[in-house]
Amino acid sequence: MRIVIVDDSGLRASVLEEGLREAGYDDIHLVPPRGAFVAQIERMAPDVVLMDLGSPSRDMLEEMLLVSRALAKPIAMFVDRSDEAMIGAAIDAGVSAYVVDGLRKDRVKPILDLAVRRFNAFARMAAELNEARTALADRKTIDKAKAILMTNRGMSEPDAYALLRSTAMNQGLRIVEVAEALITASSLLGDQA
Amino acid sequence: MTTIRAAFLPLTDSAVLVAAREKGFAESEGIQLDLVRTTSWATLRDRLVYGQVQAAHMLAPLAVAVALGLSQQPAALAAPFKLNINGNMLVMTADFAAALDPDLPSRLADPLAAAHDFASAIGLYRRKPVIGVVHRFSSHALSLRYWLASAGIDPDRDVVLRVLPPSLMVEASRSGEIDGFIAGDPWPAAAIEQGLVEAVALGARIWQRGVEKVLAFRTEWMEDNAATIDRFLAALTEAARWCDDPANRAELAALLARPDYVDQPAAIIERGLQGLVIPRASAAPIEVPDFLIFNREATAFPWRSQTLWIYSQLVRWGQVKPSRAAEQAAASVFRPDVFRRALGASDVAMPGASMKLEGAVSAPIGVGAYRGALTLGPDRFFDQRVFDPERVADYIAGFDVPR
Repeated sequence: MRIVIVDDSGLRASVLEEGLREAGYDDIHLVPPRGAFVAQIERMAPDVVLMDLGSPSRDMLEEMLLVSRALAKPIAMFVDRSDEAMIGAAIDAGVSAYVVDGLRKDRVKPILDLAVRRFNAFARMAAELNEARTALADRKTIDKAKAILMTNRGMSEPDAYALLRSTAMNQGLRIVEVAEALITASSLLGDQA
Repeated sequence: MTTIRAAFLPLTDSAVLVAAREKGFAESEGIQLDLVRTTSWATLRDRLVYGQVQAAHMLAPLAVAVALGLSQQPAALAAPFKLNINGNMLVMTADFAAALDPDLPSRLADPLAAAHDFASAIGLYRRKPVIGVVHRFSSHALSLRYWLASAGIDPDRDVVLRVLPPSLMVEASRSGEIDGFIAGDPWPAAAIEQGLVEAVALGARIWQRGVEKVLAFRTEWMEDNAATIDRFLAALTEAARWCDDPANRAELAALLARPDYVDQPAAIIERGLQGLVIPRASAAPIEVPDFLIFNREATAFPWRSQTLWIYSQLVRWGQVKPSRAAEQAAASVFRPDVFRRALGASDVAMPGASMKLEGAVSAPIGVGAYRGALTLGPDRFFDQRVFDPERVADYIAGFDVPR
């Protein structure tokens, strides 16, 4: 069973590909949606095409499938048309499936199920990564503010942190916001922290 | 507060929805309007059909195609409100426009001559011209086909129509993927501004009052939420008035220019709102007062005759088999009855009829209205044909289908 994943995001595509391989599919191809990708897919003759719902290339691919249908190839789109719940889940997860062989829709359902799970997992992963990045950036800012207090006011590190924290609490701000304000003020005053 | 989620594509003609949200017209009717930006028409359609959004800024022919089961999952869709009239432009790279009248104002004034010039040049190009359209079921594709066929060009044989979302057209022109495209503002203007293409024809001169985007709902949801719909249409009416007022153009252009809406320079968007068309980079602007209309002449009123015109073209191009049932299904997508119910108590001029001859008005004319004065602008097709919605089959038979 040949599966083509059309995706711009290398990470998302590889999360999906990995899942499909674990599930025992091995004829998987990644195609970035650029240039003559539709012709490329046509040559590959896939059984299933998976694509990110937000991809601007969806219209092109759908058009190609319609035209191919006119050439009497058996084509169904968006998996089994009657399974609205499945399609709803796919839309929520951000995946759209194009099934290039209407007769084998039963074989396609597990793939779409898997794709939905992997797309959701990717969304979680992306959110966590983003959070981790923010946390790291916050810590750097706070460290810099602590260094300013330690240098300019001769405070110990725990005292510097305690001052930032109590200021934040008093002003109803996050510690990182107080730290940012301190760094800005310090640079305005020309301190070399 | 009732929440309505509405999907839209980054286009100037999403203005009425954007204004309804940003200028508080929706809120003052007790509606929190959430706008969901989407890149492709396929995604917008699926979000509506599968209930992720309750409303959508939709191509009128796409709504008809979904209702007729031509586009993915068939669904009963209803369009009780039109969001605009006109706004499209056909542009081509200089190589492919070289055979056309070099005097740009006269080229744009005479689409018939431009079509014949293009037809006579097709053999001279080294390959079939590739023209981008935003969707198979778009007013763009229908008016382009109409224009090509008027000069004997078979759009399915003599040219390649490539589907691309409007916001990708500029890039596709730059990379040489397409030789021209027809799309809504501001994308053709943006491509001209960058020196990639020049204007070939204006939607407003192919059909002077062409049907463009509608506000579409799932019929079932619309019927179940009648009171909300009434308030929503009232809000959109106020928004459309605000959009059409020249005093608000600069503010509207600035709103639309934001990254979460159209994400293009405000100056280009504002020019379109003013009806100024710059046909080639740094050429003098041409005034086209009906380039894009949001409110006057009862823009929002969903004339049944207009969905039937769309149906006639789908039949003409072999996209739907003609039948009484299909004709009725197409006609029932536009819902003048809901429009009348929602706005019947307001001061909106209400046409007396729900169908009219399309293409029969050559100068502004006052027409029968239940209330208020209603003037319709000229609505001619460039080939002077008139569409009688009572005689669809005769109309279709009147075209030489070139194949």
